[in-house]
Amino acid sequence: MSQEIFAKLTQSLVDGDPDATFEYTKEALAAGVEPMEIIKQGLIPGMNIVGEKFSSGEYFLPDLIIAADGMQKAMVLLEPELLKRHQAVESAGTVILGTVKGDIHEIGKSLVGTMLSANGFKVHDLGVDVATETFVQKAQEMKPDIIGLSALLTTTMVNQREVIKALANAGLRDKVKVMVGGAPVTRSWAEEIGADGYAEDAMGAVQIARTLVGK
Amino acid sequence: MPGKIKSVHDPRISLNILSKEDVQKIHTATLDIIESVGVRFPSHKALDILEANHAQVDRQKMIAKIPGHIIEEALSKAPPVYTLAAIDPSLDLPLDGTYSHLGTDGCGVEILDAFTGERRRTTKKDVQDVARVADYLDEIAFHWVPISAQDCPPQSRSLHELEAIWLVSKKHLQTESIINENEMKTAIDMAAAIVGGRDALRKRPILSVMQCTTSPLSHDGGSLEAGLVAAEAGLPIGYMTMASCATTGPVTLAGNLVVGNAEVISALALMEMAYPGCPVYYAAAQTSADLRTGAYTGGGPEDFLFGAATNVLADFYNVPLSMGAFATGAKEPGWQSAVENSLSAFMAVSTLSDMLLGAGLLHGSRILSYEMLLLDAEIWSILCSTFEGIVVDEENLALDVIRAVGPGGNFLAQKHTKKHMNERWLPRYMDRRPYNVWEQKRDGAREWALQDAQKILREYHPQPLEDQLVAELDRIIHHHEMKFKPQNG
Repeated sequence: MSQEIFAKLTQSLVDGDPDATFEYTKEALAAGVEPMEIIKQGLIPGMNIVGEKFSSGEYFLPDLIIAADGMQKAMVLLEPELLKRHQAVESAGTVILGTVKGDIHEIGKSLVGTMLSANGFKVHDLGVDVATETFVQKAQEMKPDIIGLSALLTTTMVNQREVIKALANAGLRDKVKVMVGGAPVTRSWAEEIGADGYAEDAMGAVQIARTLVGK
Repeated sequence: MPGKIKSVHDPRISLNILSKEDVQKIHTATLDIIESVGVRFPSHKALDILEANHAQVDRQKMIAKIPGHIIEEALSKAPPVYTLAAIDPSLDLPLDGTYSHLGTDGCGVEILDAFTGERRRTTKKDVQDVARVADYLDEIAFHWVPISAQDCPPQSRSLHELEAIWLVSKKHLQTESIINENEMKTAIDMAAAIVGGRDALRKRPILSVMQCTTSPLSHDGGSLEAGLVAAEAGLPIGYMTMASCATTGPVTLAGNLVVGNAEVISALALMEMAYPGCPVYYAAAQTSADLRTGAYTGGGPEDFLFGAATNVLADFYNVPLSMGAFATGAKEPGWQSAVENSLSAFMAVSTLSDMLLGAGLLHGSRILSYEMLLLDAEIWSILCSTFEGIVVDEENLALDVIRAVGPGGNFLAQKHTKKHMNERWLPRYMDRRPYNVWEQKRDGAREWALQDAQKILREYHPQPLEDQLVAELDRIIHHHEMKFKPQNG
């Protein structure tokens, strides 16, 4: 029976049907299947297949995003169950993301957030127009592995430097890695302001994030 | 040497892309969205105006739902025809529906140095150098701020960019880098100083303004407020959508047009509500996201289709259009940039987009390349000639000449040939040499374009403004910088 439900879960992710993923997760829990098994034998295989199809060019970004959506819907049901059993899915790392002060652009940042989540990172997206002080505050509260700063304008890009300075002033600079991105951001700008990482797109961001947390 | 501006005028070629029914469907769908879903206007000033004009406003979400007939009424006040003035009136650009004018692209952050080839961050001097070359080229009818003056303070950067261009050119200047009220007010002071006062500026706007929307269905507060200031002064103001299929707009093209259309016409309607009769224009640079990465593409069938379709919409609303054409995603001048820029520009001109952006940038409008600027100008030159079409009249049928030459022989020495041969197009950069000559030298378009750019940079030093005026502009900027010092912290 378990094998059947695992296969259905896997297929629901491959088919891009988040509602089905949710329903099958519910069904599996009700049938007494362990949440960790649901994840390991049902969901992760599905995400892996989606990942492979994406790498081979059969699947595209929307397929990844929809699969990640399905994964998230399942985790809403599974996290409380894991908590009860004092279990947790090993996270690749914690990331705080935000678009800097004065800037309201977010599609790139949202894509990065989704890709990081889909790759096992715990992501806290602070949204847009985020004050420098807020980044520092949240860094102190959440103790993330990485802070990701997005900007679309050359005039707001300067706030990426301000955040790095503020982290240093708060004594946090060596406790967190900083990644920067956005259309006007270049590798040389990232180096100049002392960022730890830069990528031109969401896929690149995942690679960099993995490297920064040492995996 | 610069002569008359080379724009497409009264073309004999046109393209049918959207039927009247298609346009009506898009318009109806757009009004439906604006009225039932709403558009975000994150500015209380803007919301006040919309509310006063019977929009349903949610102040928390800063979303306005505007009834369709209110939008239509506001848009009906927009002037269908007006002129982008130039400091030199012979360089004026009529937007009367019979021209396509080419501008430089913007706003890049890096430049390929003309002499060292180094890719480096852009400065105010670079803005000035690029504008000098753009001033030299007849194909460039107007300037956009091509690249960011990143060595200038953020709070006055856009003003330094205007100054840099006005120091070297009398052509019309359209800025896309002023996104707050304060800089807009100072920019108007600068423009007024050049033409001799605000009334003179209203009559002859040597500066026009472009603002970007934020897709889907949203605006930037500073952009709205800067736009209102521009509209008040009588500067032509346009709003540009860059809705991107699959990411910030529907993956289907018609749906993407609806989203972009809602953003643009709601902003133009706002301008007309605030200042009825102010000159406005539609602006667009819609595209498809690359489905593999989500990246902005800068070229492809979707871009080409949007390039043609958008002016049909702008015509429906009876306003001029500023269309993002050219602007290849290629990293260097070559096959990709030639394909993307030729096709996108062709399509935009085929429906007679009034203003085309823009020449000179690589990698999705991020890197200025002098080679590209000159090669793009050549593409434009080809289009200008192509769109002249084929004239069929007595002189062109040339029956007398055909009779005179008869069977055999040739037409080379004929008076008729000498009289009309200058109408045939000659390339600067297409290689038509004998094969063995090419084989020996192996040089070509890129080398020649770069050499020409270097020559212009070395030898062409226009100084259109008197020293007094230059000092005045400096003073205005300095005063602005003192007044708006950034907060420390």
